[in-house]
Formats: sequence, C-alpha cells, structure tokens
Amino acid sequence: MSAPATHRSAEEIGRTELGPRPLPDLGTQQPPADLSHVDTVLPNGLRVIAVRRATVPMVEVRLRVPFADPAQSTKDSLHSAQAEILANTVLTGTATRDRVQIDTELALVGGELDSVVDPERLSISGSALASGLDTLLDVLRDVLTGAVYPADEVERERTRLVERIMLARSQPNVIAREALQKHLYGDHPYAKEMPEADEVAKVSREDVRALHAKALLPRGSVLAIVGDVEPEQAVSAIQDALKDWQGEGTAQELAPLPPVQGGDLVLVNRPGAVQSQIRLSAQAITRTDPRYPALQVANLVFGGFFSSRLVENIREDKGYTYSARSHPEFTAHGATLGVDADTASDVTAAALLETRYELAKLGLVPPTESEVDTARRYAIGSLLTTTSSQAGLASFLVNLAGLGLGVEWFVGHPERLQKVTAEEVANVALEFFAPGNFTGVVVGDATKLAPKLKALGGIILP
Amino acid sequence: MASPELHRFTLPNGLRVVFAPDPSAPVVGVSVHYDVGFRSEPEGRTGFAHLFEHLMFQGSESLEKLAHFRIVQSSGGTFNGSTHPDYTDYYQVLPSAALERALFLEADRMRAPKITAENLRNQIDVVKEEIRLNVLNRPYGGFPWILLPPVLFQTFPNAHNGYGDFVDLENATVEDCAAFFDTYYSPANAVLTVAGLFDVSEARALVEKHFGDVPARPAPVRPSFAEPAPSGELRTTHVDAHAPMPALAIGYRVPDPVTDVDGYLAYLVLAGVLTDGDGSRLQQRLVHREQLVTDLSAGCGLFGPLEARDPDTFTISAIHPAEVTADRVIAAIDEELARLSEEPPSAEELAKVTARWASTMHKEHDRLTNRTLGLGSAELLFGRAELIYELPERIAAVTVDEVAAAAKALRPDSRAILIVEPAAGGAE
Repeated sequence: MSAPATHRSAEEIGRTELGPRPLPDLGTQQPPADLSHVDTVLPNGLRVIAVRRATVPMVEVRLRVPFADPAQSTKDSLHSAQAEILANTVLTGTATRDRVQIDTELALVGGELDSVVDPERLSISGSALASGLDTLLDVLRDVLTGAVYPADEVERERTRLVERIMLARSQPNVIAREALQKHLYGDHPYAKEMPEADEVAKVSREDVRALHAKALLPRGSVLAIVGDVEPEQAVSAIQDALKDWQGEGTAQELAPLPPVQGGDLVLVNRPGAVQSQIRLSAQAITRTDPRYPALQVANLVFGGFFSSRLVENIREDKGYTYSARSHPEFTAHGATLGVDADTASDVTAAALLETRYELAKLGLVPPTESEVDTARRYAIGSLLTTTSSQAGLASFLVNLAGLGLGVEWFVGHPERLQKVTAEEVANVALEFFAPGNFTGVVVGDATKLAPKLKALGGIILP
Repeated sequence: MASPELHRFTLPNGLRVVFAPDPSAPVVGVSVHYDVGFRSEPEGRTGFAHLFEHLMFQGSESLEKLAHFRIVQSSGGTFNGSTHPDYTDYYQVLPSAALERALFLEADRMRAPKITAENLRNQIDVVKEEIRLNVLNRPYGGFPWILLPPVLFQTFPNAHNGYGDFVDLENATVEDCAAFFDTYYSPANAVLTVAGLFDVSEARALVEKHFGDVPARPAPVRPSFAEPAPSGELRTTHVDAHAPMPALAIGYRVPDPVTDVDGYLAYLVLAGVLTDGDGSRLQQRLVHREQLVTDLSAGCGLFGPLEARDPDTFTISAIHPAEVTADRVIAAIDEELARLSEEPPSAEELAKVTARWASTMHKEHDRLTNRTLGLGSAELLFGRAELIYELPERIAAVTVDEVAAAAKALRPDSRAILIVEPAAGGAE
C-alpha cells in the first residue's frame, strides 16, 4: 500500500504521553415529556390511540386489522392467497378514485399509504404532512368502505404477486424463515407467510371482494395516530371519517399456536450456498407475564444486542459471523425466543456448537450484576431512542395494542426494568434458555455441512 | 422549513464542530465524519476503508476491545459506522445524560486507536461474513452499487468494488492500517456533529476538553476523482447464481453536487417524476400498463442523493420477467425520457414530488440518527450543514423546464448498462 513518506507505527499511534483516561460519569437524565394521548373505542368497535408528538409537522397512521385464516389448517385454504391479493389491490380503486388518483391525492399532501398482510393481520400504514390529515383519512375511508378491486388491477397483481413471491423465495433469510415456521407449526395458518403460485392463480376478484366484506372489520382493529395533532381532535376527525366503516362481528384473531417443543434441528439443503442460516426457536412468555422484564434482560445478555455473550463469542472472538442475534417474537397469544446467525459453511457446525454452549451457560453461569445492569440500561435507553420519532412511536404503540396493551404499559416499562434483579434473570435464564428447549433449522449446502453437523449431532440430515 | 439554529466552530487542531440543539426529546446524537471513503483506497487494497472502519471499534488507548460497545450500550445508546465513496461515519445515539461519554469515546479513538494483528485478523473474518451475507450468498447481491460502477467508470477509484476482494482483504497489514490512520484520520480531516438535547456552552466545553489535545496533523490533499462521461453506451452482463429473474441498471452521470447543487436537484426531481408512486411515469407504464417489469426504481447516488462528491450517478434499475427482453425495457424507458425532454412534466407532477420530498425530509429529521448523520455529511461534503434544512425549498424551486433538460441529458450515447442474468437453469 502506498504510504505517506512518514507515518507512525501502530504501537506509536495507540499510546499518548498522558496514558489511558478515565471514563466520564453519566450526567443527569431528563425524563421524557408526558405523552398527551387518548385511547378510546369508537361506536363501530375500532380502538383508536392518538398521541401528540409535534417534533415535525407530520402525522403517522397505523391501522392494524386482525386478519387470520379462520381455518385450522392451511391445507385446501386459499386465505393466504386471497389476503395477499386483497392487500395488494385494496389501494387501487374506489367508486370515485382510481389507482393513480389515490396516489396523486396522497402525494399532494406529502402522503403515502401502504398495505401489507401477514398470517396475523392486515396493516395499512402511512403518513402525511399534518396539514393533509383530512385527505389521508378520506382516502382511508374510501378504501375501507368502498374499495372496488378493479378487475384489471386484480388480474395484474396476480401476475406480479407470483413474480414477487419467486423473488422473495430466492432470499436465504426468507427460505430459512419459511423452513423454520413449517418445522415449528406445520399446517397452522401462522406458518404460512406467503401463498403458492397455483393458489394465487385460483383467486378471483369476487373472492377478494367477499373477503373484504367478511374480514376487513373495525371491531377488534386498532388505529394508532401519532404526530403534530391534538389527540381529541384527531379522534373526532377519525370518528367522523370512518363512521361508515361498519361490519358484522369481530376481526379474526389467529388461533392459538401449539407451544414450541425442543428437539432435533432440520438441515435444509440449498446447493451452492456459501453461507448458512442457523435459526433456532423456543417457547417464551408474553409482555404481560410478570417475568417478562427479567426475560427481556436475559435475552439481551444472551444475544439481544451487540454487547451480548453470543455476539462477543461467535463474532468478536471467533469471526464466525457478521450477524448473530436473539430476539423475542410475540404472537397474538404467546411468545417465542429466536436465535439467528448466518455463518460461512466451513464454520457453521462450530457456530452451532458455540450457540448451544452459550445457551446452556446462560442458565448455569447466570448473568452477573454488571451484565444485568448493562442490559437493563440498554433496554431503558433504547426504548427512549426508538420511540423518540413519530414513526417509531406509532409502530411501537400499534404493536403493543395488538397484544392488548397501550400507552400505560409503555410509560411504566422503564420502572419494571429498573426493578429486575439478577436472581430473577438467573431464574428465567435457567428455565427458558436451556438448549433442550430449542429446535430449529439450518439452511445451507448439505454436501459441505453434513460431515461436521453429523458429528455434532442433534440435527436431522436430508 | 424553519431551520433550527446551528452553531459551528473549529478547534485549534482543525476539527470542525457542528451543534444542532433540539430540546424535543431527552436524547442526543454524536457523529464523526472522516473525509475518506473507498474511492481513496489504493489498488491492491480494495475494501480497505471499510475494513478500517471495523477496526476503529476494536479499542483505543483508554478502551479495551469490546469496551466501546459495552459503554455505549450500558449508557442506553446505540452505535454504528458506515463507509461511503467519499467519507466514513461513526455515530452514537443515547439518552442525553451520556453526551460526555459519547464525546470521550470518539475522541479516544481519534487520538489513539489500538490496532493489533489479532483484531485485524478477526475483523477480516467478520467483514468476509458481511460480504457473504450481503453479496455472495444472496440474489442481486451488490446490485447495482458494486456491479454498475465498473461499467460506468474507467478509473480505479470510481470503478472498483468498495466491499473489496477477499484476496485484498487478506493482504491487509497492521502497517497499512497505521499509514491509513495517520494520513486520513487527522482531526483536520473530520467533522464532529452533536444534535439533540444539550446545553451549547456546556457541550462546547466538553468538546474542547476531550478533543482539544488530539494532536494536530495536516489534512491530506484531496485528489480529484474526475473523469469524462462515457463517450458511448457501455454494456456489461453479469451472471447471478442466485437470481430467479433478470435485472438491469442504467447508469448516467449527473452534475457535480458540490458546485451545482440546484442542477443536481433537477435530477432528484426527475427521479420522482419517473418512479415515485403509482402515478409516476415509469411505474404507470412499465409496471402497470405494459407489465414489463416487476420492480423499478430511479435515483441519484448509489447510496442515496447528496452523499458523494463528483463524479456521481443517476441510476434507473429494474427487475423483469425473463419473457421480456432487456432491450424492450430500455426502449420503453428511453421513450419516456424522450417524451419528458420534449414536453416538460406538468406543474402537478412537480407539486407531488415536492410535497413528498418535504415529508421525506421531515421524517428523516425526526429520526435523530438520520438528522445527526445528515448534518455531518452535508457539512463535510458541502461545507453547509444547513443544506439539509434548505432542501425542501430548493427542490420546490426546480422548474418543469429544468426537469425536461435533465431528462434530455440522460442520453443513450453516454451511459452504462448493466444486465444481470440468472445462471443457467434460472430460479433455484
């Protein structure tokens, strides 16, 4: 490398005359401002959470409609395909607006709306300049009460959806996610995150319109609105705009999931892969469980942030991975713990070994006071930073609402974290992180992986 | 948009400092932008600027390996770094009580990073995993940011792969690191930004306390990376082992964003007219009316607009079904560009783009991480942090004729075309 004429050596660069300096103490922390908010249920059954946060002249809107397949099994069910087509065409036409008009009206108020569906819910999310809230709500009203699903739009989206599913399924993380969900839940609707091409082909415009009438219901749904608005005024504007959104019954919640049982992993062959996806899962507890704050801390210490045992081991010590993490996943009725790592083929088995070692160690050599304290402060601080933007707060609140919680839980959570003791963390670590609780998948090139994984054991080879 | 007050000063060692106080939430962002990116790395050391960014997290005189992460996170904060063509940034976003710690951390590694053979070895492995994750093991890896520059540009600094070849990464030495640090990581070659809740005079005293004795070294002379625009249409085909469908990217050159920011913004508006929203020209025609493509986007800069100096790019990229030829997609794009250059877009088309950009900028500024980094990169590249607050107004000032002229300047006889073909057998 062409160096400048003279430069210091690495040793010279790494020291000064003064020597190491002490870490400054933390200053005094100001509490966040009180959240002015309203949490109410409208006559049509829609729960509305409105929060004032006037940092920028914008407004963020998140509508969450429980939208699960009512069937027990996805075998012979077209729900997933119908719901995908619905989500991709609900914003393409009403009696008074076509696709381009919807986009134009929203654009002129700096707005956008997007609709996506997953096995649990249909989410319509968007934002606009605060001065354009009326337009945003009027478009929302129009599509909720009068989406017409134009035949040509449905036809086009069917074709495009098949292409997009093919694109998604070429992504290793999507392949791994689908394999994991199938392994955990079989034919349960929760496992079906994408339809098959032949199912998409069977969906008619009439099916989609019928699904809208039957399932896109206000009762059981939540709308969170955060931004430069007065909460009372926002609620009355929403009530006014959405008063004609009515429907029989309650939006469909997901059927309870069978608990995840520990067991052998499954190796999924992806020929030619140069890296493998390790995806583990175990049963956990919901946010409302009194042990949840301790579990949150235990998860952070294990693999929930950079300063965790898993990352320090398999990334910063051994260099097996760029990305390793563990995380709780909340479903409508329960929760799981996930452990993810992507590692080169030749170190996949070693990374899995180290991951199992760290899982066992978390229970047997529980987090120290200092580890608990680091994780606790990170949990409190990152809650503050991730919810300091309008969009961050809106997304966080609508997710909480999906679990039946609200602003009070959010405001009270730092105190719950503050009270967590190392002993409580040790107890949940021993109970929930035991390696035997976990099962999962490894996706990679089976020819390269099989010999070492076979030696390691606990994994079913293809 | 009302621009919040900005304070700036320069320390005797040359470090430029920007303060953007904002009391709306008790959080603070601290970033350091160094004026060196992957365009400055020498031949035989592709990927070095990014590898070096990783090493800056591996400890310094007062901080053991892993201490940086632990201190930021135990203070309730988040951190990261990223390497761009012309700069490398580092940031922390934390509860406001941790401001002094963030300044301490950045000062310590600016003064005396600890670069060891062991950490270098470890981070070469980590970076290789990062490249496997983001490029080698996935479809459309490096599309188009790694694959298009070698078609559009002729000189090594502009054309080469900023993630680096494994061979070059393996060859990196501690000696290379020392030379790179001494040359490019001087305080005179950096901008420190603080945004969020803090007291301006207290923060200034803390900056002087922690950064004041970082030894002065000269800022390196920045070379020109200028090269002529292509004198024809340059085409390359890349075979992607994982891609299920073909893709293409068309690259053009744009005006120098430093000397002609308003000229550059006309291309930004053009990108919106072409591909932002269902009502945009190319979305309407290529996605919806003729169904030639599955996905489509256009924009300035391979990492986003206004994040690099000259030469910068305008890119249109698409993923399309195998039944549709690349030439058919390109012909449709060329027709739409020709139409725009002959008859300017309507005032309403521009009003849509303008309003959406105003929203986009508001949302960016509402995220403290983005605001801090945006201020820092604007100060470093343009010498004007306030540019990020002026953008909505300057975008609104772009005229329909300027957009038509920009469309006209995207000439078929001066561009690069990258074709991505799925490997034989198509989808996996």
